[in-house]
Amino acid sequence: MSLLVSPLKLRELGILGMNNRNIGFIGRYNQRKNYGLADNKLKTKSAAIARGIPVPELIGTVDYQFQVRTISNLLQDRDAFVIKPSQGSGGKGILVIVGREGDKFIKSSGALIDDREVRRHSSNILAGLHSLGGRNDSAMIEALIDFDPILKDYSYEGVPDIRVIVFRGVPVMAMMRCATHVSDGKANLHQGAVGVGIDIATGQSICAVQHNRIVSQHPDTHINFDTLAIPHWQQLLELASGCAGMAGLDYLGVDIVLDRLRGPMLLELNARPGLAIQVANQAGLQHRLLLAAKIADDSTVADGSADAGQKIALARRYFSVQSAQAT
Amino acid sequence: MSAVTTLSSCARILAVINSRIQIGLISGILIALGVGLTLYKAVSLNLPLLPGEYREVWTVESKTSFTPSNGPINVQLRLPASLAGWTILDEHFVSSGFGFSILQKPDTTSTARWTRQSLDRPTTLYYKMQIYRASLDRQLRPLEFEVPVKPLLEADQQAAMDRLVERIRQQSSDSESFTLLLLQELLRDSQDQDILFLLNSYDDNSLALILHSLASANISAHELRGIELEDGRRRQTLSSLIEVYSGERWIIANPKTASVGLPDNFFIWQRGNGAILNLSGGRNSSLEFALVSNSLPAKAVLGMEQRAEEFALLDFSIYTLPVEQQGIFKGLLLIPVAALVVVVMRLLVGVKTSGTFMPILIALAFIQTTLLLGLIIFLALIGSGLWIRSYLSRLNLLLVARVATVIIVVILLMAALAVTSYKLGLDQILTVTFFPTVIVAWTIERMSILWEEEGGHEVLIQGSGSLLVAVLAYLAMSNTLVEHLTFNFPELSLSLLGVILLLGKYTGYRLSELYRFRDLASKQ
Repeated sequence: MSLLVSPLKLRELGILGMNNRNIGFIGRYNQRKNYGLADNKLKTKSAAIARGIPVPELIGTVDYQFQVRTISNLLQDRDAFVIKPSQGSGGKGILVIVGREGDKFIKSSGALIDDREVRRHSSNILAGLHSLGGRNDSAMIEALIDFDPILKDYSYEGVPDIRVIVFRGVPVMAMMRCATHVSDGKANLHQGAVGVGIDIATGQSICAVQHNRIVSQHPDTHINFDTLAIPHWQQLLELASGCAGMAGLDYLGVDIVLDRLRGPMLLELNARPGLAIQVANQAGLQHRLLLAAKIADDSTVADGSADAGQKIALARRYFSVQSAQAT
Repeated sequence: MSAVTTLSSCARILAVINSRIQIGLISGILIALGVGLTLYKAVSLNLPLLPGEYREVWTVESKTSFTPSNGPINVQLRLPASLAGWTILDEHFVSSGFGFSILQKPDTTSTARWTRQSLDRPTTLYYKMQIYRASLDRQLRPLEFEVPVKPLLEADQQAAMDRLVERIRQQSSDSESFTLLLLQELLRDSQDQDILFLLNSYDDNSLALILHSLASANISAHELRGIELEDGRRRQTLSSLIEVYSGERWIIANPKTASVGLPDNFFIWQRGNGAILNLSGGRNSSLEFALVSNSLPAKAVLGMEQRAEEFALLDFSIYTLPVEQQGIFKGLLLIPVAALVVVVMRLLVGVKTSGTFMPILIALAFIQTTLLLGLIIFLALIGSGLWIRSYLSRLNLLLVARVATVIIVVILLMAALAVTSYKLGLDQILTVTFFPTVIVAWTIERMSILWEEEGGHEVLIQGSGSLLVAVLAYLAMSNTLVEHLTFNFPELSLSLLGVILLLGKYTGYRLSELYRFRDLASKQ
């Protein structure tokens, strides 16, 4: 195998490159004034609640440095929670606590940390260490998701989430991100999490990659990814599609978690979703985005409002992996 | 029905095409303008496009400062004549609010005169010229022999002077050897009683003592005043040589080194005694010089000399600026090249760097330190900074305070590095001061966070990416051809701007993506 692939071949496969994503999609379709909602998790959450979109429960926020001292009051009756910057980018600055042991907190990796560590993390968040452009930020504390046990073995020491790329309200491509020991319980692909491409038509797995290489098993739990099928798939796609209108962004990444009791919940929105999803799906985004534009045009009814149900139905038909292989 | 949507998507496509056409048009005009102006200058002004033979052209700016007293002011500055192979290319006077005239004297030295009725604050008058050495022949125009005039001295001075002259005369054979012995005698650490006494009575003005001693020995001599040319000096003052008549010809001796001959870097301002600066109606006058040397293509210099007037009209170059700004622009004009390197490396190659334009600043520091040394110093700074920063992260400080701490730590590290290396005799490492402190501190902070969050692997990738881009930017900026082109054809920056605008619209794949997505293609 050669070290580099020819750009012609990539174009033929419809692989979306970073420059084209920035100019052709994010720059062209996403209006800057609408970034605010997607970039701020607190705003996302309140907008979602207003629209009846389920989200993880918010325990509290820390907006000022002096509140950091009293953070333990907020956490008093909580064993499992997540502290994250409300304007963090790329999954940075997320501290996951899964339980307590005496005075100490247990991180998802099993490591023990004390009060001081939690406070330090919080003041780093407030100072803007993890945030876009280093702006001052606020920390939000969320209840830890009690995720669907069906997915339990697919992720190690962390919550698996499902990323759906939505273009003009049409779900285009999806992948599940599974934490591994290497990724330190984080669902970040470039830190070594496994990305599993998910068939838009069925919610079943297509292919799994870790570090850009195809894998068949989870490296820690050794479960086979072939058998993976995401439950509540239609509901999940509806949620993703609904977020597009809420955010006002035509090219959007929607991160969803599956709660044991409440089903799909919106975790966060991403106005600049990455390109790794193409590797996990072993397919390019470009052709699908063109098709999605057509679906969006066709689904728009006379008064300008779009039929979300039709968009999803068409997406499930057109982006089915089986049908693509058949043609 | 779908007419609305078709229309809206049409408008969208049109907008995109429009912006593409706009960018293409603007870039095209900019590139053509830059290249066109460059070619025009190359053809009509004979500026060579390739670096060839260079002439060193010095820009000398004299600054006459004084505090006015009451009443009319009259400032007279003796101007240099082209001597000893030097040629004056261009002269420029700044005389805001002053009456200005040039007095041409029959003996070929002219004088600039600034006059004004009254003035209420300290003022500086400027005279700028560009000089270069047209011929290597350093022969001075022969002067008439002057009969030495014996100085009038006190009795004890006279006695000491006589003893000194007698002693040296016995050890010398002619005027030349007498002069050299006298100069050596004055330079020596342990001087004899007579010299110590004489120096004391001359208020340590050794030049006056030398001239008087020579006159006492019946040797004809006079002062030769001028500037020691040193690139980048801001406050150079006049220095003096001595011209001595020795058997049918005049020789030049340097009292600072007791050697014969005109030093290469000495520009003669005035030959003979007499004041260079005459001021009436003011006090605290001073005369200082700022110096900058530029290497100019020999052809261009010839062109300037032949058509000094025309050239001034066509001159788009930075030579028209004040001396101090010229040096700054020399460096500034290289930055667009470095910016292009960063754009190409990030958009076409896809190298990850820590901080978008941080590599440019590092590359600018490399220019001062030279590459290898710069890399060593930079790695040493970042390495030890990260080590100290890892302790700071345990202290639980607020971010701003922590970065401020790192800044101070970096400064201390730089000082420690400079002092240690200086003591060890490694003078080159003193250039550590050229590294931008705040940028280095932020780099350490970012790297340290990156380490905690994403692990050492990512630090290595971004760190080496930044260094790679910095090294490439350095290589581009220190390239002789690039230096020659940016400096002599600053309008090429317009072309670079055009290219960068075009690259800003590049939607193709990056080199790194051809690697990243390589498995996708092989599977199909």
